Amino acid sequence: MRRTSLLITGLLLIFALLLSACKGPATATPAQGAPPPPSAQKELLDAILQRGKLICGVNGGLPGFSYLDKTTGQFTGFDADYCRVLAAVLFNDPNAVEFRPLSAAERSVALQTGEIDVLIRNTTWTTSRDATWGDFAPTIFYDGQGMMVRKASGAAKLEDLAGGTICVQSGTTTELNLADQMRARNITFTPLVFEDIDATYAAYEEGRCDAVTSDRSQLAARRSVFKNPDEHLIMDVVLSKEPLGPVVPHGSPRWFDVVKWAVFATIQAEEFGITSKNIDQFLNTDNPEIRRFLGLEGDLGQQLGLSNDFVVRIVRHVGNYGEIYARNLTPLGLTPRGINDLWTRGGLLYSPPFR
Amino acid sequence: MAVSRALEPPKETMGPGEWMRKNLLSPWYNALLTVIGLWFLYEVGRGLAVWALTRARWEVVTDNLRLFLVGQFPPDQVWRIWLGLLIPSFLFGLSGGLWSGAMRQFAGALGTAFLLLAAMPASWSTRGWLLGNMAATVLGYGLGRWGYRRPWGNRLLQRIALSGWILSFPILILFLYGFQGNPSFPRVETSLWGGLLLTFLLSLVSIVLSFPLGVLLALGRRSGLPALRLFSILYIELIRGVPLVTVLFMADIMLPLFLPEGLRIDRVVRAMAGFTLFSAAYIAENVRGGLQAIPEGQIEAARALGLNGFQTTLLIVLPQALRMVIPANVGQFISLFKDTSLVAIMGLLELLGIGKAVLANPAYMGLQQEVYLFVALIYGVFSYAMSYASRRLEKTLGVGER
Repeated sequence: MRRTSLLITGLLLIFALLLSACKGPATATPAQGAPPPPSAQKELLDAILQRGKLICGVNGGLPGFSYLDKTTGQFTGFDADYCRVLAAVLFNDPNAVEFRPLSAAERSVALQTGEIDVLIRNTTWTTSRDATWGDFAPTIFYDGQGMMVRKASGAAKLEDLAGGTICVQSGTTTELNLADQMRARNITFTPLVFEDIDATYAAYEEGRCDAVTSDRSQLAARRSVFKNPDEHLIMDVVLSKEPLGPVVPHGSPRWFDVVKWAVFATIQAEEFGITSKNIDQFLNTDNPEIRRFLGLEGDLGQQLGLSNDFVVRIVRHVGNYGEIYARNLTPLGLTPRGINDLWTRGGLLYSPPFR
Repeated sequence: MAVSRALEPPKETMGPGEWMRKNLLSPWYNALLTVIGLWFLYEVGRGLAVWALTRARWEVVTDNLRLFLVGQFPPDQVWRIWLGLLIPSFLFGLSGGLWSGAMRQFAGALGTAFLLLAAMPASWSTRGWLLGNMAATVLGYGLGRWGYRRPWGNRLLQRIALSGWILSFPILILFLYGFQGNPSFPRVETSLWGGLLLTFLLSLVSIVLSFPLGVLLALGRRSGLPALRLFSILYIELIRGVPLVTVLFMADIMLPLFLPEGLRIDRVVRAMAGFTLFSAAYIAENVRGGLQAIPEGQIEAARALGLNGFQTTLLIVLPQALRMVIPANVGQFISLFKDTSLVAIMGLLELLGIGKAVLANPAYMGLQQEVYLFVALIYGVFSYAMSYASRRLEKTLGVGER
């Protein structure tokens, strides 16, 4: 038995060594206190440019925002297109992106560990997240919690739902918001709680509850696949504000600027009326504002550490905000655009001047 | 050996009518239960059939079939998977020819499956590859049968088949991964591997690696050296005290926090490590059960024959112990295969994850019944195949007959 024991000991020792080699730094980290943000020493923008591709955290399973397209096998949607906008800015190639589907629990850690360069995963901009997760770039979609009812019920405001049953997904802020809002208005109701998002809508469609609550974008998306979409009404109430935008890790100010101004560029391009179809005509324009915007004059791009024509790259490869919206969100039935329209048309989209 | 054997009891002969009366209708309450059971089966079966044939929109599966099978693997590189698949197809055929029993049935089933799939509506290139794989299976089988009849050929071919099985995996991985900068064989990052392909890779690697690790841990737990025993016990009890989801979360989220800056372990590898480390603890306990069932007399007899400790363990104890725990281990492997769906929480797009990503496509929203049924069917087929293989293996090795 001696030889056997020796052999086993040897093998297990090797295994234990490997294990401890993997975990070695683990014992060292707590001694230093909180791990430093990985990007503190190094600007992320340089690292991304050196790597040659962008790593973009997305949801991967949200209708209209990011999902797998059957023909290309690529991630498609509103969020995915904004990843492509950033890739176009950096590499003049909208496909230089590695998409990283993330669960809700993973996303903050993925930012803190530097697994991803930017998080574009329907993430609501809140104070605590801004303080702890990373820097929030401008909002690309203003969502809000809404309420859907059957038109036949005649309900038009929350008070009309008094005593009724409301379907809601469990464990989400949606559920908490619903309770808060109803209590503030002193309305009694019965929540019907589901773990699964599909089950929530199925129950509503079967008539097991009078109303269903979720983000307005998702309500509209789900309504579009109901058997009779016209029988349902998304009430004109907003239970919570959900501004969704890209997040970049703390500690990379130049990369944060790039993301910010890439988002602004899509909005400003729509304001100027520049689309992927007509951009070549604009390249001959005399308008100094537009010439500066497109990088024909001045060095706005270089000041950001980019090439001067970065706006042209965005519009040519992906399009302006209106085009991205029309491609991904209009098919979901999210029309009219409401607050997600330009400030000139009564919406909230407003880009600072490119100067 | 001339051992007198007791005659087996005469086989009862029973006509179908008698069998039915005895098993289904005998006392009145059994008849009632049979009727209720049949009615229930009929209702459920009819409901399912009507739904599947008339109302279900199967285009969500057919349109996205490539995604379900290989995930985001670039469509123009899928030929590499097919090419790589030729190796195991050939090896299955060869092994089926060389070893009788379960292996032969499997080779037959595989060839038939390729033929049946080729008859399905699919593109001509897909059919070509399927038929090519069937040809490889048949070719291997023919070669195996040819060598089977010749003693020298049999041994040589068995060695070739075994080394082929061992080599096939790294070759297959190389086929999938490709080479950086090679135009005809470009690198395909693991983040693009998905669907059934990823499910297979995760479970295969974890099964193959966790088995030896588990055996070592089991031997360590029964070893006479206190440090070794303590380590094994600690490891096994720690892992068994933690849910798999936690282990995966540790591998996915905590590990990068501990690793030094710039060192990034591939996510797929992290998942494989998580599954392997988890499964090894359970395998170890299964194997320990087998080790403890070996009578002390076996070891004493081996010593008396002059075998040293190493030989005793390797030649006498382990073969008997491992054979005894085949059912338990295969059960663990099947559960591991199904548990790979948990990586969906890591954002890896294996079979179930792809299903979720496809369901978010506005064109297929609300079709979760079709998608989940399809995914369940795939899991069911492969789990059953594993369980069947294990039963055949038990029969061949005579488990439970001594």
